[in-house]
Amino acid sequence: MIQFEKVSKIYPPNSVAVQDVSFTISQGEFISLVGKSGAGKSTLLELFLREEFPSEGRVLFQGDDVHLIKDSLVPEFRRKVGAVFQDYKLLPNKTAYENIAYIMEVMGAGEEDIVRDVSEVLEIVGLIERAHHYPAQLSGGEKQRVAIARALIHRPDVIIADEPTGNLDPYHTRDIINLLIKINELGTTIMLATHNKEVINRLGKRVITLDGGRLMRDEEKGKFMI
Amino acid sequence: MYIAFQRVMRSGWEKFVRDKSSSSAALFVMVIVMSVATMLFFLQGASSFMIVSLEESVDISTYLKNTATQEEITLLKEELESLPEVREVTYVLREEALESFVELHKEDEVILESLEIVGQNPLLASLNIKAFSVNQYIAISEFLQNKSLASIISGVDYFDRAPVINRLSTLTAGIQNAVFLITLFAGLIAILVVFNTIRLTIYSSRDEIEIMRLVGASNWFIRGPFIIQGVIVGVLATLITTLVFFPLTLFVGIKLQAFAPGFELFSYFANNLFLIVSLQLLTGIGLGVVSSLLALRRYLKV
Ligand SMILES: Nc1ncnc2c1ncn2[C@@H]1O[C@H](COP(=O)(O)OP(=O)(O)OP(=O)(O)O)[C@@H](O)[C@H]1O
Ligand SMILES: [Mg+2]
Repeated sequence: MIQFEKVSKIYPPNSVAVQDVSFTISQGEFISLVGKSGAGKSTLLELFLREEFPSEGRVLFQGDDVHLIKDSLVPEFRRKVGAVFQDYKLLPNKTAYENIAYIMEVMGAGEEDIVRDVSEVLEIVGLIERAHHYPAQLSGGEKQRVAIARALIHRPDVIIADEPTGNLDPYHTRDIINLLIKINELGTTIMLATHNKEVINRLGKRVITLDGGRLMRDEEKGKFMI
Repeated sequence: MYIAFQRVMRSGWEKFVRDKSSSSAALFVMVIVMSVATMLFFLQGASSFMIVSLEESVDISTYLKNTATQEEITLLKEELESLPEVREVTYVLREEALESFVELHKEDEVILESLEIVGQNPLLASLNIKAFSVNQYIAISEFLQNKSLASIISGVDYFDRAPVINRLSTLTAGIQNAVFLITLFAGLIAILVVFNTIRLTIYSSRDEIEIMRLVGASNWFIRGPFIIQGVIVGVLATLITTLVFFPLTLFVGIKLQAFAPGFELFSYFANNLFLIVSLQLLTGIGLGVVSSLLALRRYLKV
């Protein structure tokens, strides 16, 4: 479903973020990207979402080169992906509720569906009471949970989650990971970038280890090792 | 489609209300620019009023010999009236000429006394001619000269007045040119100011635009709220400007009477209110929307 083929990313002038990385993810898989800070995890996810363009190689989604998608069709592609960004990327002038609802509005969902689904997802991430707060009024962990809710509200084919538990306590971390596992069991492909050893070990799923932009290990049922 | 439109409208309104710094900056600049545009409109009005009243004050008189018969005079009057340049011809009787002469000099003892001494009316009857515009008087005076009218015409005062008339017509042309240049210049500056303000407010929203793009919003879904915000700013700015100009024109109009008697600023404003408001709405909304679209372009490219 997703293929990275000999992908390299060099930020000008000479900062090598990803170097000659190849791997394939099949539909319904749950993979984790691990590696030290600066290893290139976020860059790989950004390359997939077409936020960045590769210096070499290509990234395929459902057989199509993501970076050759026509400009006018990029929004449609991105709607198939739910993304949790490392820096959350919430809209500052919208409340938690509206940030989540925005995705459904973008998709053209009906008003009733939006009210129902957003309330439900807020309940799941435990933010009902914070629904009408703006991002600036939320704690780091709360923002992170809004970002997670936004990534899954529209039932995307793929979820890419960049350090989604970085600001969460162990209790919430367990909840979120369980949620991701449940969503994955329902058929959604998941790419998770994380530093969290517990998370990897609990998941017991495929782990891709990066170091200095290179792919070091790619193991089924991997353990956290750096 | 309809639901998307509704959403864009709502989020545009929310954007206007919540993004206070950019809304108020745009509103402020828009009010200034509309005020400038309105003042330019007044300038146009005042200058054409001035030109008209200057031109109104000009006429030439054809003095008729006392021997001219009534028929001859009527014939000449009709002939003059048939000229395309002539707007109006008035026949001034000798008695009327005397009356207005006495009226004009009623404080001047010497003149009145000398009139007494003369004993009879020394003034001639005349035909007063007004042309449509100042530069047509030459043609009219030429007409009066070349005809075989010598028997009834004693003189035409065009030649005494020619220098004044010529100066007047360069003056009016000068006024028109100046007003045109001022309008052009101020209009250009206003457009640049609005465009730059909007560019800055959109620049401050660039991260937001990027987020919207990353979560799959289409370009029109992103542009929509900016456009609605622009329209709201335009309408509100029109409202504010109009409300400000009501007392302003009333107050300034009174002061202005001293400089331009006869030009009623307030009633000019009130009479042209519909035109002015439409003009403001058009410039406000048009300028706002077009600038937003132009400024958004660079953030919506991939
Ligand atoms: N826009 C950029 N310009 C220049 N260099 C960049 C840019 N983005 C990332 N890099 C560099 O690319 C490398 C990989 O960065 P990346 O963000 O992918 O790391 P990461 O694995 O996500 O790290 P972390 O765990 O800290 O999030 C780093 O050395 C970083 O400095
Ligand atoms: Mg990262």
